[in-house]
Amino acid sequence: MRKITYRDAIKEALEEEMRRDDNVFLIGEDIADPFGGSFKVTKGLSTEFGTERVRNTPISEAGLTGAAVGAAIAGLRPVAEIMYIDFSGCCFDAIVNQAAKIRYMSGGQVEVPLVFRTQQGAGKSSAAQHAQSWEAIYAHIPGLKVVLPSTAYDVKGLLKTAIRSNDPVLFIEHKMLYGEKGEVPEEEYTIPFGKAEVRKTGSDVTIVAYSRMVQMALEAAKMLEKDGIDAEVIDLRTVVPLDRETLLNSIRKTGRLAVVHEAVKRCGFGAELTAFAVEEAFDYLDAPVVRVAAENTPVAFAPQLENRIIPNTDRIYTSVKKLFE
Amino acid sequence: MKDLNGLSKEKLEEMYVKMEQIRQFELKAAELYQAGELPGFLHPCAGQEAAAVGVMTAIDQDDYISTTHRGHGHVIAKGTDLNRMMAELFAKKDGCCRGNGGSMHIMDRSRGILGANGIVGAGTTLATGAALAAKISGNGRIAVSFFGDGAQNEGFFHESMNIASIWNLPVIFACENNQYAESTSQKYHMRPDDIAQRGEGYGVKSFTADGNDVLDVYEKARQAAEICRKGEGPVLIESKTYRWFGHYVGDPGIYRPEGEAEMWKGPEKEPIARFRAQLAGKGLFTEEELDQLRDQVARQIEEAVAFGKASEPQVPEFALENVYEEGLL
Repeated sequence: MRKITYRDAIKEALEEEMRRDDNVFLIGEDIADPFGGSFKVTKGLSTEFGTERVRNTPISEAGLTGAAVGAAIAGLRPVAEIMYIDFSGCCFDAIVNQAAKIRYMSGGQVEVPLVFRTQQGAGKSSAAQHAQSWEAIYAHIPGLKVVLPSTAYDVKGLLKTAIRSNDPVLFIEHKMLYGEKGEVPEEEYTIPFGKAEVRKTGSDVTIVAYSRMVQMALEAAKMLEKDGIDAEVIDLRTVVPLDRETLLNSIRKTGRLAVVHEAVKRCGFGAELTAFAVEEAFDYLDAPVVRVAAENTPVAFAPQLENRIIPNTDRIYTSVKKLFE
Repeated sequence: MKDLNGLSKEKLEEMYVKMEQIRQFELKAAELYQAGELPGFLHPCAGQEAAAVGVMTAIDQDDYISTTHRGHGHVIAKGTDLNRMMAELFAKKDGCCRGNGGSMHIMDRSRGILGANGIVGAGTTLATGAALAAKISGNGRIAVSFFGDGAQNEGFFHESMNIASIWNLPVIFACENNQYAESTSQKYHMRPDDIAQRGEGYGVKSFTADGNDVLDVYEKARQAAEICRKGEGPVLIESKTYRWFGHYVGDPGIYRPEGEAEMWKGPEKEPIARFRAQLAGKGLFTEEELDQLRDQVARQIEEAVAFGKASEPQVPEFALENVYEEGLL
């Protein structure tokens, strides 16, 4: 099968959905040609579809996201790009008080079919205001769906589902994954929300991850294998909705759970997963749940400081290993 | 046939009836609220009837509007059923939002209403987006955002004005300057005397209207709508008006200088008395005819209250619906 990058897989999803449905349009800062987006994801799209449907905005997060909500209520299907999730502080209201609430407040009169495409994560020394991981903040808000794809195949299939969803979706890409290649078929496909993927089956411990941490969890699983520990690695793909069934089946089988994410540990999504395991699978747990997450600090600038904070393969390996000591 | 500002007798009658509906709806709602019959908050717009009706007369049924927590007037002026509105205030099943919005979020999608926002300036972004949708789809609609003098100090308004201006979006920013941002007077909360001056910095055409003269508001809105439909929008209209009640029912408004409210309620300023004088002065309607229309509205309001009271309470399980398309996730 052909291999393409995570970046190109996103672009293909956008192109295909724009061809499929005239109501789909893109709005965001610096997304049009010749610049083509800060991460070059949308390069070529304004040339293909015109600047009416691939709309460059001023630096105006509250204005552009609010306008996207208004356009969605009026019947279009906007894909609004928030360049860095860190900037969503400037448009938190549009996401949590407008997009997430309007279906509910209106008693179901209105749908808000809208994708907020953004990216997060550390790894580039982009420091404290360009490298945070905020999925838990948005997963906390009823009315939003939250997606964190880890592969080129997933990012394409999940983005197509997001664009066709009649609810607002926070679609969180990872800045370190844009150049990663993966197998993506030429044929049309979509991936449903709320269906986790078991990336590696195993019987001794369940490692749950999403986004960039999936790859590291898989590498850690290989290291554990050498120690005779057979880890199962689950990629959640979407945290809202959450695939409770796959999680539960795996925990029941292995009796041990490690949750891994790049966001800070305190009130991170791992806390929710841990609570889930305690509430739903307490009797099956043979060991305490372990959370592998970032230190409770802002993201540092210097590479060695950034590395000190953010989880990596070794830390996942060491943390999981302890469950067997 | 006689007319006023190019408006037919039929249209003028409709305007007068809507102004009476808004006034009477608000006074009745306040009475019910004070009697403890309505839950939540109530922010009446009594005194601001002309600002709502003047603009709505200039736009079409299909056009979009966004409004705020003080939005009953806009929703009535857009033609929403009074019974269903009152049922919503009573938090009942037959309410426009089936009991999930209440006074602050009362809306009716079938009338092009994009929502009533408790985040006061946010509606400007939604109307800008609806205008963008109209432009992209080429459906010829325009959007109006209603908001107050308080909301125009929020960034939403400024970002929306800029975006609408650079894209020439068909949106009217209809600011009702009722002199107070909650308890803070306009003299304190901004430097220029006129909100209309804000337009200049964004290259947005701006009008100042006497917000208590429905014909003046209409005339400015008519021009604004024409500009928008020609693709030369957006337009900012400041309607100078006054809020009869405090910020909400129960706020005694101790921040207002003595005599101020009385001055605005006097026959020189009061919007309904002024419109009646214009209509009767031109010989279009007799005082008796206007009284009859007013009394008809009183009966509609009584009917709406009876409908609201009689409507079934919403079932508690409804709280779990409409979170997502699929229900709860």
